[in-house]
Amino acid sequence: MKIELRSPNKIMKLSRLGSFHQSKLSFLRSFLNEFKEWEYKRDLFDLNKNGFGEAVYSFRKNNRVYSLVCFANEIKDEERSDRVIATKWDAAFTLHDGVPTKKDIVRLKNEVPKQEVGRLSYKELTLSRANKSLRIYNHVVENLSKGKQPDLNLLSKVGYLYRTTAVYGSGKFGLADRFRIKNRKEINGPFRLEMMLVYLVRQFTFDQVNHVAYHKNPKTAVKLDNNICKNLGIGNSTGLGMAPFIVNHPTLLNNWILSRETALKKIREIKNVKSQDSALFLECVKKSLRNITSWNTDSEYQQRKISSLLNDVRKFLNFIDQDFNFESEYPFNRIYQWLEDNTCEECIEYIVSIMMEPYNDIVNPLIKEMSSDEEKYFNIPTYRKVDELRNIIESKYPNILDINFEEKENNKNFWFISKNKEEPRLADRFEEHGSELEQPLAIARDIKKLYIKLLNTKNNLTVAEFLSLNSELRHVVRRAFIVEKFPYSEIQDNTIGKDLMPIDMLRLKLSFFGALKFDPRSDKWLRICMFQGAPLPNELKSYDEQWVYKTNI
Amino acid sequence: MISLSEIETTVKRASKAAGYSWGVSEETGKCIRLLELFSLPGIKHLNEYFNEKIKSKFENLNRISENNPSINNPYCPISLGVSFLDQINLLENLKKIEFKNVAYPIIFISFISRSSEVIGKKIYVKIDEKKILLNLNVNISSNFIDQEFPKKADTIQVNLLENEDNFNKHEWNNLYKLSENTFVEESDRLKEGAAGAGLTDND
Repeated sequence: MKIELRSPNKIMKLSRLGSFHQSKLSFLRSFLNEFKEWEYKRDLFDLNKNGFGEAVYSFRKNNRVYSLVCFANEIKDEERSDRVIATKWDAAFTLHDGVPTKKDIVRLKNEVPKQEVGRLSYKELTLSRANKSLRIYNHVVENLSKGKQPDLNLLSKVGYLYRTTAVYGSGKFGLADRFRIKNRKEINGPFRLEMMLVYLVRQFTFDQVNHVAYHKNPKTAVKLDNNICKNLGIGNSTGLGMAPFIVNHPTLLNNWILSRETALKKIREIKNVKSQDSALFLECVKKSLRNITSWNTDSEYQQRKISSLLNDVRKFLNFIDQDFNFESEYPFNRIYQWLEDNTCEECIEYIVSIMMEPYNDIVNPLIKEMSSDEEKYFNIPTYRKVDELRNIIESKYPNILDINFEEKENNKNFWFISKNKEEPRLADRFEEHGSELEQPLAIARDIKKLYIKLLNTKNNLTVAEFLSLNSELRHVVRRAFIVEKFPYSEIQDNTIGKDLMPIDMLRLKLSFFGALKFDPRSDKWLRICMFQGAPLPNELKSYDEQWVYKTNI
Repeated sequence: MISLSEIETTVKRASKAAGYSWGVSEETGKCIRLLELFSLPGIKHLNEYFNEKIKSKFENLNRISENNPSINNPYCPISLGVSFLDQINLLENLKKIEFKNVAYPIIFISFISRSSEVIGKKIYVKIDEKKILLNLNVNISSNFIDQEFPKKADTIQVNLLENEDNFNKHEWNNLYKLSENTFVEESDRLKEGAAGAGLTDND
């Protein structure tokens, strides 16, 4: 049986993209898989009794070394802020390419804690900072110093000791350009070095609490239990900075979604499912309920989504128990069709993610397809004709063409870059100033403008001739030719409408990172948890691949 | 050191602020990145051009022909470059194109370099007496790499080169003959078992 890929017109809607969950394709999971054979080492741990100082952690294989350089700093409580406008953090980190020399450490000590106003070099690959979750950190230190393990109930409410507030890479602030390192096999996957940084930071947080607790009371202190460490991740606060990324990297976005869609298609096409595969799938669904019930958020929007997810996953398990036979033909296709008919988008995408668990043979080759050489598709094929361009738009953006941007509610917002922090922001164009400096992120509106213009243009005009008279539409002409080749490269929705939930755009990207427990703090930023349940560095050589569904705090 | 990614982003934004559309600004970002990658003074000249653009007028050229003089004001290197890039498939037939009076020609060169990749042919450019070879956007070579690039070109000649060998037949044959020393003479028995052997090919 041949199953069609799901239509971009359905999948690339923001509500659907905002319902995506982590899967085997997610970058943090593929990072662990790639680096499991590397030698992990703590090379330097020079902290004072209060936990301030420097540390270096590394992954090494043959002659290649990646070193996380950490700087833990003392800051006042009133200086601690997760907002991007902060200027001081509890800790700052960079991933250095190779073994840092003493001179490098001195240089980095001066630059890394400054973050956006510091300057890094081509020898640094990623940059980040993090703040303590004070209530958890202090509780853990206090208890360990007294010889006790921390309260698991309290830990489960947060899930981490520190949360990062930005992770930068690819040439930002002087970091190495991606092209300098793109041929390295081990990083042939998106955001792999960002994932490495976050993973090693997680280990630093455990080492730091153990160190501080010991110095607080060397006679009674105990170390944080390894099983508790494993069930703690690293938090992250994420704002609108992430949203433009998925618009500005269309072929990369396509490759992420296409990999997911291809995996689903191939799984639905399996005629006879082996009993161990169906058992693994069901075990993951059942164990994952813990991830849903321990998903804490104050956001009513997310609470409603979690509640309907929990209801629908239970309904699904009931359906499997009572009405389903895995020995029938094409069982995953039948499951998928049932999900579409009976459950919410959040649940459909949740189960789709879990369907991949038994199928390394399907998923692993797709992981290698998730990067993109975007330069290759940048040039506009200007020799092509206007009628071809019009046909592309009609076939690839059908719902976009139905939107009336003359209506205020469809044209309500504009994206801009904040002068204060050089970060993307969203504002109401009818209430805030600055819409004349709008960023080119209103793709749906501009595609519609292009289409209207094309309707009044002669068919046999070349695109070059059209562009010579319509330069202001050049950015969307480029996109139309990209979406012709890359069907999942475009969000098929209005990114400036009244009902826009920007966190849907963040959620899409974060799900591919492998984030869990999305916790929206408004419609424009959220907190997440990464690596919760993941093996510790010294366990990497042999670990349970389904760790993500087996957290127990 | 400023990364190429920072260069591209900042040039894109600066070009938009200088009055170009977002699409053209994206092109400019790519081009200046390219020049800086090749250690050519892209940022320096773009900066100077944008400063001059505030005070002086520059011409656009929508349709490029064999001879393109700008009588009154110099051509804008960005809009000229975008036109060249967009029309390269037609210009390929002209072989030789001349532009008179072009501002900051190094910026224009970056667009021609990208055009060289689009058509898969080398392009030879003369900026007054200075020579530049654009090699499918893989590199840019010139006979004045260590000299100051001109801020204005009186004449730019663009020659679209046919793909031809850089060496003569004798040089090639010599090298080929040497390479034959890695081959092994096949025995008759092996020849008989090779693909197609022993059959009539008229079946």
